[in-house]
Amino acid sequence: MKYIVAAMIGFLAGVTLFAAAVAYNPFVGRQGVSPLSITDAPTVTLGFSAVASGSILLTNDGDSRVDPYPEKVAWLWEKSIRQTSAMVTVLLDGRNQAAGLGIKISSASEETWLFSGRALVDSIWYVYLPGRGAMFIEQTENYWNYLRDIMLPAYRSSANTWTGVWLGNMTSGPGALRTAKVTGGSGEFAGNVMLGLESLSVLAWRVDNGLVAAEGRLIIELPSESAADDE
Amino acid sequence: MIKTFLIGILLGIVAAAVALYTIPAVDQHRENSIISVSPNGGNVESFHINLPMDRVMVGAPGQASPLPRALEWPEDEVLAQVSADIFKIRNARDTVVGVAARTVAKEDESGVVDWIIHLPARGSLFVTMDPNPPEGAYRIGPIRAGTREFEPLTGFVSERWVSDTSGAEDEPAGRIELSATYVGRAEPVE
Repeated sequence: MKYIVAAMIGFLAGVTLFAAAVAYNPFVGRQGVSPLSITDAPTVTLGFSAVASGSILLTNDGDSRVDPYPEKVAWLWEKSIRQTSAMVTVLLDGRNQAAGLGIKISSASEETWLFSGRALVDSIWYVYLPGRGAMFIEQTENYWNYLRDIMLPAYRSSANTWTGVWLGNMTSGPGALRTAKVTGGSGEFAGNVMLGLESLSVLAWRVDNGLVAAEGRLIIELPSESAADDE
Repeated sequence: MIKTFLIGILLGIVAAAVALYTIPAVDQHRENSIISVSPNGGNVESFHINLPMDRVMVGAPGQASPLPRALEWPEDEVLAQVSADIFKIRNARDTVVGVAARTVAKEDESGVVDWIIHLPARGSLFVTMDPNPPEGAYRIGPIRAGTREFEPLTGFVSERWVSDTSGAEDEPAGRIELSATYVGRAEPVE
């Protein structure tokens, strides 16, 4: 009997050791600086609240950590969209003034492979900036560093809370340099294919309801023709 | 007993590694695509939105009855001419397969009527509709961009409103029909 108990304890310890090794593997998930963070090209930078109550609307399957907002919004509970969330938000310019409307729809990606630090989400943005035009952003986001640096410490905390300063680039593709693909739809963006980046700045996260204080940012690199027009 | 414990640790590491390697972390449910071949080229796929039950959000400035009720549409002047709807979208079998958003904006001379259609297991489409369709014609617009399964495709999408004429109580008031025609991108001959 004692051998069975020893084997069971050993087994659990093995699983725990493996999980810790995967989670804290220093060779996995580290991100460098995105080329859009240091580009010389003209960019459009748009901020938004990453907290549900700071958006116009956020909905998901209703069982997720983040509660849908506002009250009584329809949930995405059907089988095909259960792992999908939709957010509508006001996009802010550099002076924190409303610059346009953003709609983000995200789904957990089947390319997710935790073994290699890929906690992926396929997401799209529709961005409309009145007077300027509309854009469509296609990206794959990697939440691995977010899981490791924010969520795991929050679960380990006795207060079930993480506080600090975390800044991360969420976009990990489809561009080779971890950039999003941006397609212009109308206005000055029409016909252009551009690069984009979504980043997240987190100050507080709670186990029971997710992000408490956080802001997101979209950076879109304008094509050279638009740059010339701007000048 | 130490040996047994150590063997247990090894087994635990191996079992966890095998499980993580082989069990998919995400497995999106996928309905079969219902696609027909168009006589004049391309493949056609139909989607629809039953109203009002498939509406998730109706957002517009100054509206008396927003959806959901507690929705607070921003009152910023810059968004005074912008409205947006979020829907669940169904395939031809009336099964929900995705989420779509329709944005309408009035500009000085024309306007914008854009759709994004997101099918989680397949990909997404970005469609810019003609804001001023000819009298009596369907609104139609080109597929500007597609992701994943739709990335190599071009084509167009048409939308039309079909009222329910059955008069039955539990029937939707009507539906928005979206018909997508996919055409493969021409590859240059080498």
